[in-house]
Amino acid sequence: MHELAVCQALMEQVESIALEEQADSVVAVHLGIGPLSGVEPRLLEQAFFIARAGSIAAEAELVIENLPVRISCDQCGQTSDALPARLLCGVCGNWRTKLVSGDELQLQHMELVRQTADELAEPEADIQQQHERVN
Amino acid sequence: MCDTCGCNVTHGNAHLVQPGGRLSKTADGREAVNVLHGLLDANDHTAAHNREHFNKHGVLAINLMSSPGAGKTSLLEATIDALKDELSIAVIEGDLETENDASRIRAHGVPAIQITTGSACHLDAHMVHDALHMLELQKLDIVFIENVGNLVCPASFDLGQHSNVTLLSVPEGDDKPAKYPVMFRAADLVLLSKCDLLPVLDDFNPDNARRYLRELASSAPVFELSAKSTAGMDDWIHWLLAELSSLEHQSGRLAAATESA
Ligand SMILES: Nc1nc2c(ncn2[C@@H]2O[C@H](COP(=O)(O)OP(=O)(O)O)[C@@H](O)[C@H]2O)c(=O)[nH]1
Ligand SMILES: [Mg+2]
Ligand SMILES: [Zn+2]
Ligand SMILES: [Zn+2]
Ligand SMILES: [Zn+2]
Ligand SMILES: [Zn+2]
Repeated sequence: MHELAVCQALMEQVESIALEEQADSVVAVHLGIGPLSGVEPRLLEQAFFIARAGSIAAEAELVIENLPVRISCDQCGQTSDALPARLLCGVCGNWRTKLVSGDELQLQHMELVRQTADELAEPEADIQQQHERVN
Repeated sequence: MCDTCGCNVTHGNAHLVQPGGRLSKTADGREAVNVLHGLLDANDHTAAHNREHFNKHGVLAINLMSSPGAGKTSLLEATIDALKDELSIAVIEGDLETENDASRIRAHGVPAIQITTGSACHLDAHMVHDALHMLELQKLDIVFIENVGNLVCPASFDLGQHSNVTLLSVPEGDDKPAKYPVMFRAADLVLLSKCDLLPVLDDFNPDNARRYLRELASSAPVFELSAKSTAGMDDWIHWLLAELSSLEHQSGRLAAATESA
C-alpha cells in the first residue's frame, strides 16, 4: 500500500501549487499513470478521497488518465504497443526494446478557482488600488 | 525531477505540453495549471542527495529487494564473511520480517543501522538519508540496504543506490518476473537464491526465470546461488567487485576532472 505514501506526496504538491497560484480551491486534479509505475490507480483514488478532506482540494475530483505501454525496438526501430509483462517488439518480436511510455506517475494539471482581487474588492477600494498602482 | 529539462515528457503525455504556457482559462471560469510533476519528485531529490553522499566517499550502495524470506539477510551474512577481510562493509537494515536482522549482521563484525519503518511496506530516500548519516562513510567501501520484504512497493522508491539487486528464491516459483514486472524491470542483477533446493523443487527452471526476465526487456544478469551451501557465491562476489571498481574509476575521473579544471 505505497499508494498512501504516493497520495501524501501528491497532496503536498497540490497544496503548494494552489498556494503559489493563490487559488481559493482546487476543483480537479489530473494524473497520468502508466501500469509500469507500480501504482494501482484504484488504490490511489481511495487514498485521495481520504486525504483531500479538510484540504484546499476537499471538493476536488481526481481524474486519472491510464497511459498506454509503448515500446520502441532496438533492432527494427519500430514503435509498438505492449503488455506490462511482455515488452517484446510487436513488429519483429525482439526483446531488446525501450519503454517510451507506461511507467509515468505524474501530476499533469490542476483546475483551480480563484477569485481575482478585482472581483473581491469593493468598487471604491478598487479605485483606490488603481490610484496606488498609478502612483 | 525536472520542470525544465523535459525528462518528464513521454510519448504518453507529450500531447499535454502546450506552447501557450502554464495557465489557461476554461469556459466555466476555472483555471487550468499545467504541471507535469513526477509524484515522487521529493523522494527522488533526496535519493539524488544520498547518491552524492555515497559518490563523494566512493561508497558503493546496493539496494537488496525480494519477497519476505527469500534470503536477503542470509546472503548478506555470507557476503560479509567472504569479503570482510578485504573490504569495509556496512548494512542499512530495513526489513521488518525478522526484528533481529541487524543483530544477525552485527554478529559478523560489521555495523548495521536498523531503520524502524513502523508499519511501512517499503523504504524511502528520507529513511535512508537519516540512516546513512549514522555511518562513517569515509571508512566504508560498500553499503548494503536491505529493503522491506515486498515485491511491490520498494521498486517505486529510489533510495540513492547505485544498483538494485533482486532475489528470487527457488521456492517462490520461476514465473515471479512475469507477476511482478515493475520490481524485476528495476533490477540491475537478479539472484536466484536457495539454489541448493533446486533438486527437490524441480518445477523451478532457472531458464524460465531468465526467459520471463527477457520478456520484460531486461538485460540484467541472472546468477544462481545458495547462501547456505555458498555454491555460486563467486559470480556474485565478482559482480560486486566489478561494480565497486567501476565506481572508483568514475570518481577517479571526476576527481581528476575537477583538479584540472
Ligand atoms: N535452503 C536454503 N535456505 C535458505 C537460504 N538462504 C536463506 N535460507 C533460509 O530462508 C529463511 C529466510 O532467510 P532470510 O535470510 O532471513 O530472508 P530475508 O527475509 O529475505 O532476509 C531462513 O530460514 C533461512 O535459513 C539458502 O541459500 N538455502
Ligand atoms: Mg531479512
Ligand atoms: Zn510500500
Ligand atoms: Zn522490432
Ligand atoms: Zn531531468
Ligand atoms: Zn545529507
